[in-house]
Amino acid sequence: MTDYIIRNGFVYDPVLGINGDIMDVAVRDGKIVDAGDVTKATEIDASGMTVMAAAVDIHAHVAGPKVNVGRNFRPEDKLFNCNVGSGVKRMEAGFSVPTTIRTGYLYARMGFGFSMEAAMPPLYARHTHEEIVDTPIIDQGALPVFGNNWFVLEYIKENEVENTAAYIAWLLAQTKGYGVKCVNPGGTESWGWGMNCETVDDVVPYFDVTPRQIVDGLIAANEMLGLPHCMHVHGNSLGEPGNYGVTLDTLKIAEGHKPNNEFGRESVLHHTHLQFHCYGGESYASKSFESKSKEVMDYVNSTDNITFDLGVVTLDETTTMTADGPFEFHLSHMNSLKWANTDVELETGSGIVPFIYNPKTFIAGAQWAVGLELGLLVKDPMKAYVTTDAPNAGPLMRYPRVYKWLMSAKAREDMLNNVLKYGDSIRARCYIGELDREISLYELAMMTRAGPAKTLGLGHMFGSLKAGLEGDVAVYPYNPESDTDDPEKIEYAFGNCATLIKGGELIIKEGEVVSNGRQKRTFWVNAKTNENPVVERDISEKFKRYYTVTQNNYTVEGHHYMPNPYVIEVDATK
Amino acid sequence: MPEIEINLISGRTIDQGVSMENGKEKIAYRNACGIIELDAEEFKKLGAYRNTNVRVTSEFGSVVVKAIQATQGPHPGLGWIPMGPWANAVVDPNTYSTGMPTFKGTPVKVEVASDEPVLDAIALITQECL
Amino acid sequence: MSRSWMRLRSLRRSAYRQVGNLAKIVTDVVCPFCGTLCDDLEVALDDSGEKILEVYNACAIGAAKFLHSQAEDRLTRPQMKQEDGSWKEVTYDEAVEYTAQMLIDAKKPLMYGWSSTSCSAQSVGSELGEVVGACMDNTATVCHGSSLIAVQDVGIPSATLGEIANRADRVVFWGCNPAHAHPRHMSRYSIFPRGFFTGKGSKSRKMVVVDPRRTDTAKMADIHLQLEQGHDYELLSAIRVAIRGEKLPKTVAGIPAETIYEVAETLKSGRFAVIFFGMGVTQSLGKNHNIDIAIAVTRDLNDYTKAAIIPMRGHYNVTGSGQVWGWQFGFPFCLDLSRGFARYNPGDSSSNDLLIRDEVDAAFVLGSDPGAHFPVGSVRKIAQMPSVCIDPHITPTSAVSKLHVPVAFVGVEVGGCAYRMDNVPIETRKVVEPPEGMLTDEEFLTMVLKRVKEMKGAA
Repeated sequence: MTDYIIRNGFVYDPVLGINGDIMDVAVRDGKIVDAGDVTKATEIDASGMTVMAAAVDIHAHVAGPKVNVGRNFRPEDKLFNCNVGSGVKRMEAGFSVPTTIRTGYLYARMGFGFSMEAAMPPLYARHTHEEIVDTPIIDQGALPVFGNNWFVLEYIKENEVENTAAYIAWLLAQTKGYGVKCVNPGGTESWGWGMNCETVDDVVPYFDVTPRQIVDGLIAANEMLGLPHCMHVHGNSLGEPGNYGVTLDTLKIAEGHKPNNEFGRESVLHHTHLQFHCYGGESYASKSFESKSKEVMDYVNSTDNITFDLGVVTLDETTTMTADGPFEFHLSHMNSLKWANTDVELETGSGIVPFIYNPKTFIAGAQWAVGLELGLLVKDPMKAYVTTDAPNAGPLMRYPRVYKWLMSAKAREDMLNNVLKYGDSIRARCYIGELDREISLYELAMMTRAGPAKTLGLGHMFGSLKAGLEGDVAVYPYNPESDTDDPEKIEYAFGNCATLIKGGELIIKEGEVVSNGRQKRTFWVNAKTNENPVVERDISEKFKRYYTVTQNNYTVEGHHYMPNPYVIEVDATK
Repeated sequence: MPEIEINLISGRTIDQGVSMENGKEKIAYRNACGIIELDAEEFKKLGAYRNTNVRVTSEFGSVVVKAIQATQGPHPGLGWIPMGPWANAVVDPNTYSTGMPTFKGTPVKVEVASDEPVLDAIALITQECL
Repeated sequence: MSRSWMRLRSLRRSAYRQVGNLAKIVTDVVCPFCGTLCDDLEVALDDSGEKILEVYNACAIGAAKFLHSQAEDRLTRPQMKQEDGSWKEVTYDEAVEYTAQMLIDAKKPLMYGWSSTSCSAQSVGSELGEVVGACMDNTATVCHGSSLIAVQDVGIPSATLGEIANRADRVVFWGCNPAHAHPRHMSRYSIFPRGFFTGKGSKSRKMVVVDPRRTDTAKMADIHLQLEQGHDYELLSAIRVAIRGEKLPKTVAGIPAETIYEVAETLKSGRFAVIFFGMGVTQSLGKNHNIDIAIAVTRDLNDYTKAAIIPMRGHYNVTGSGQVWGWQFGFPFCLDLSRGFARYNPGDSSSNDLLIRDEVDAAFVLGSDPGAHFPVGSVRKIAQMPSVCIDPHITPTSAVSKLHVPVAFVGVEVGGCAYRMDNVPIETRKVVEPPEGMLTDEEFLTMVLKRVKEMKGAA
């Protein structure tokens, strides 16, 4: 394997406390090493450029059944959004829901090394893994959804945390999943009957449990197992005006839970796309709607066991997709566009609706503001991760644009003054006008690398340039000394990295993709638990009576689903 | 000889499926699919006995099949040929810009052709195409 | 007293059980026939493990597929058609060479089928199609293509088949005849199962069948709407009217207004309604518009109760083909890769239109039989051009092709992923070895891809 030394870049690494020092970064045998430890390395000149560890995405919908519904039912998403294949590159297509091939190239161009698929329906795990296999270059994992799963609902109703944990461990091994995702707890099961859970104390029909119990039980089970990632929640009442109270109720469930893991993770609850959950008022009208980002952030800033990602609205035409089935139904009635839905037996559901965040409307601009406010109001950037909940609040390819808005007050002013039609109402109803903070490159490295890696329990592999970590390095054509004049330079640079080294392999050379990656890995977590005959019997009964596949045909195994697995072993037998 | 005009549709039958999986070159496939199901009324109009060979003709083609009593009827005015090369010799191939030929609802005329054989699938396709 | 769940699973996964001293039974076998994708078959093998003796739990068609795979007269080597129309055996290498050369020489080859094979083979095929700039299409083009177009127009509220088994109390079969086409559908998923919230099985469900014929499925229904053939759109529209309580004319599509009101009320009064639909609507005039409005009925019902709609997909993995192309190219069928990026335009890039208009100049067929299932005018075009048919069986397609490459049966002699009609992916199983020296689809495609890349590199 070729060794590389990246010379004379401005290096940012919050883990090592390096803040823009001009240094050399070296990669040998696929790992980061001290620059003095390489001798015959290929030299890459990064002078005048920004060097960081490759980025880590904690939450994006890029592979799996609902993503593919989004692709197949939106031919218009490909219109004028195709690239002809050339050299090693295969053809690419799609804007808000790119093909897997384009997803891999997009991540590479933005300097990413790892992405977590945010919601995997367990029964469809094979599909998710097949797409992951066909996504070039980046390492990936996937979070199975648990928040509406019949086993979980039944165990939690009886306060059986140990059984919940045993079931989680079993399911992770069956589906080759990475951790515990919980989407609209209880609400999606209610949607099986056309209903929903709108607060944390609404009762799930028949199962007689509440979202509060579900979130609490899943956190407890997650920590009992000591999984690398914490419980990852998308709370109730997403997108509803006035939902911030529900959000605070959800976040407060973390009180009294302590992290228990060997991966350095400090969070017990990760709240995803928090932007959608910080709304005040009673409607989307400018007279009523208001941002409650400050109220939510005041609480988050006072805790030490909660993390979140932003879910910034990028004001594009996009495709929304979530396991929150009732929300998508609701959304389809708001915009009258096409609506796809799939309820999944015993486990979950999902919905997909195209959506246009129109900058000429008040509400889209206000949503844009709320997402950015969260990133600007956080005290410790290690808790707040940049996402667009891709593609829900905006397409994956818009990450660099979000960085620009976070890093430049001038860029935000330009939006409020010149792009958004209701800039003044947005200033009045949101906090954005009061915030002049500009996220620094050092903080950006926390919010896109060190932070998400730590909360995923992958700080020992990704997110820093510390010797021994994976050889994932991105070089951006951005000079932090001379390029500060124009915020557009930020957006360009972070979407067009000059060099990407992934696992020690040169993927992008002088801005061009030169390899599809030879060692792309799929990450999953194998948690060993004590024998549990109760759970074992319950599983076998449910498969005999209520599933439409046999238990033996449920397990995902075989080279073609995972040619290159990376298994994280957890021992929860003590 | 009398001839009748009916609306032709096609589709799967269990015999079509079984005989197809047992080999489309076999005579059982012809016996399952080289047929047209007609109502008793239609037989009367045609003046034919059950199990007589008939020629089915549309503006798109013509094929000889055996007329049998409808098994899933009555369906007055409808004729049924199980999906396969016999039905496809006469169906309306127009897709009207959808990609989908109009497999169901082709106007056809049916006349007795007792002296003509029902070809097997390979012989039929060879005769039609090569 | 601890052990990992992994090991636990591997203990109970023993997919073989021994019966007496002779036969052994392979359990949890997945049936590679229709989109119902039953996964509870058991196959009895002789003591050598090479010969299939019996197939349990399968329908007659599924059993035939397993048993016929071992027919004495099966072809095991490629054959090339000679000038005089006779067939000559050739090696797989020669077959690879002919196929690669044909694809390279063609300006715009049609690569059709892809529905009776595994997703891995489809994936290799996709790359091959991309390299040679092919038009690629699957059997949806003559099956549920109309439905795929409709979903692009209006979406689709749907559910897995287990949701139907566990919750549905109103079941509609529209233009489909599962008693014949999906023989175990009603017993496994839709009518008879005693699910979690449907403990009384068929007694807890009302069954409505819409079909111009009194089919064997219709004979079982609580209500059979024997509509005039080709008037599905009108009847579906009338049901929307009735759901909203608006006024109807005396009859619509030959069905009296009272009956239509009764059906609308039946659907609204259920806790969970589902519509299954098939070729009766996709292949009749109106095509995708028939499906548009069926989906609209389902959307409307969701304002009153819970409702879902599911296409009765035909081939066991036509759904998977649409999925693989979806994630690699963004479209489920009718792909035109000839310009270096994927174009999609049914009516233009669809197989029958391409063939009839002479827009393709070579035919590569895998995992389907257009010879039997395309209108004969399209088959004539295939017969006139360079052509390869990759299929375990002798078929009307192989009969008119220049080269016939028999391959192992997916789901019998080699495993691989397949997607059920509700898009649930299931790994099919290998039950027996293929005949000595036979290749699988995927192996053959991989060889052709390698050869094509070599030829392109040299050019």
